[in-house]
Amino acid sequence: MTVGAVRRVGERALLVELPGAAEVAALYGWLRERQAAGELGEVEELVPAARTVLLDGVADVPAVAALLRTARPRAAAAASGPLVEVPTVYDGADLAEVAALWGVSEEAAVQIHTEPEYVVAFCGFAPGFGYLTGLPARYEVPRRDTPRSSVPAGSVALAGPYTGVYPSPSPGGWQLIGRTALALWDPEREPAALLAPGVRVRFTAERA
Amino acid sequence: MGELQVVRPGPLTTIQDLGRRGVAHLGVPRAGALDEPALRAANRLVGNEPGAAGLETTLGGVALRAVRPVLVAVTGAPSPVTVDGRAAAWGAPVTVPAGAVVEVGAATAGVRGYLAVAGGIAVPPVLGSRSADLLSGLGPAPLAEGDRLPVGAPPPYRDRADLAPLPAPPAELVLRLRLGPRADWFAPSAQARLARDRYRVSPASNRIGLRTEGPAVARTREGELPSEGMVSGAVQIPPDGQPVVFLADHPTTGGYPVVGVVPAADLAAAAQARPGTPVRFTLLRGR
Repeated sequence: MTVGAVRRVGERALLVELPGAAEVAALYGWLRERQAAGELGEVEELVPAARTVLLDGVADVPAVAALLRTARPRAAAAASGPLVEVPTVYDGADLAEVAALWGVSEEAAVQIHTEPEYVVAFCGFAPGFGYLTGLPARYEVPRRDTPRSSVPAGSVALAGPYTGVYPSPSPGGWQLIGRTALALWDPEREPAALLAPGVRVRFTAERA
Repeated sequence: MGELQVVRPGPLTTIQDLGRRGVAHLGVPRAGALDEPALRAANRLVGNEPGAAGLETTLGGVALRAVRPVLVAVTGAPSPVTVDGRAAAWGAPVTVPAGAVVEVGAATAGVRGYLAVAGGIAVPPVLGSRSADLLSGLGPAPLAEGDRLPVGAPPPYRDRADLAPLPAPPAELVLRLRLGPRADWFAPSAQARLARDRYRVSPASNRIGLRTEGPAVARTREGELPSEGMVSGAVQIPPDGQPVVFLADHPTTGGYPVVGVVPAADLAAAAQARPGTPVRFTLLRGR
C-alpha cells in the first residue's frame, strides 16, 4: 500500500490520510518500527485515528514528510501485535436491543461478538479507551439516542463499527452488551493500557 | 523532606510540570503548565531543572505554610507576594522561614501564576509527569485546604538565576495561525474573514481550550470528520462557528475540523489572556 495525502499541522506536526482502519494500522505499525530503529528522528507522538495517523513534535518536518511519501507499509505487519483475552459477562443493559437490531437471539448475539479477532485501531475519548475493529460491517449499530450519565468501568459496548471497553467510569452513549473484570487501564502498571493501538483482542463469554 | 501546607488553595491551583510525552496514542492528554516559559523561569529562579513541578494558580493566587525554610519564586500573572503579611518580591527568589505563610494574591493582570519551590513539588509522577490533567483526571487533584505537598531536596545555590524577563500579559492577544489541516472545510472567504474579524476571549475558557467569541466561521461542509489526532494550538471550529484554541489538557483526538494551528510560542500569551481580551488571528504563509 501507499499512503494518501500528507497534511501539514502547524509547525511541528503532520497528518497522514488513509482509506481506512487496515491502512491506518499498517502505517502506524510501520512508523513504530521506523521509530524503534531510530529512522524517524525526534517524533514525540504517533497518534492513529479512524482514517489518519498524526505525527506530532516532529523535529525535521520536511525529512519525515519525504519519508512518508516513499513509505510502503505492509498490511501484514498490523496483525502481529500482542493478543489480549477479555473475559466478558454478556448481560449488558442494551444486549436485547443489539440482538434485535441484528435480528438474532441474545445467545446468537453473544456468539457473533465472540467470533472475530479484534484489533485496537486507535485510542481516544478517555485514557486507555480503545476503538476495536473486527466485527463485520453488517453488525454496525448506532449510538444510543440518549447517552447515559454514568457507565461503569469494564462495560463492553458497541457503537458504529467499533467495540470498546470503558476503562474507567464515565458518561457514555455506546450500547452496553456486557462487562469484564479485567483492569484495562492502570497508570501505575506497565503497560498502563491493555488495549493500546495494534493489540489484538478476543472476547470470551463468561458466566455471571 | 520538606513540605508545604495549603492554607488557601485559591480558585484553581494545580501541580504542573512540562507534561506527559509519548502517551497521546493511549488517549492521554499532554497536560503541563499552560504558560511554559513562566514555569521554566520560576524554576530557574530557585535553581531547579526547568521541568520541575510547581504550582499553577488561576486569577486568585494561593497561600502556603512552609514546614521548613524554603526558597520560592512567583512568575506568570503579576500579583502581590507576601511572607507572613510582609511584601516580598514577584519574579525573584524569596526565602520563606519555617512556619511562615507565603501568599500569592489576586493577579493584577493575566490569569495563571507559577510558584516554584527549590527542590520542586515531589508528588509521585504518573506516566512520567506530575502534572494534573483536568480533562481525564490523571495526576494530582487540584489543591484543597489542608493538603500537604512534599518538596524535593533543594538544588545547589549556584544554579540560580536572579531575574526572569517575562512578557506582560497581553492587552490584545495576537495569535499567528498556520492554515490546515482542514482549512478546506472552509471557504477562502471564511479564512480571510477569520484573519480580519475580531474575537474576544470567552469566560468559558479553561485548561482544555481558549474559547473565543466573535463572528461565526462558516463551513462549506456539513457533518463531523472521523476523529483524528489533535495538537496543542489547533483551532477547532465546532458547529457554532466559534474558534477554540486547544491548550495543554486538550483531548488527543477530535471530530471538528481544525482550520489552522497556532504555534507553541504564542500559547503562553493565550494562557494569560483574561475573558474579554480582544483576539486577532494573523495568517502565517509559506512552508
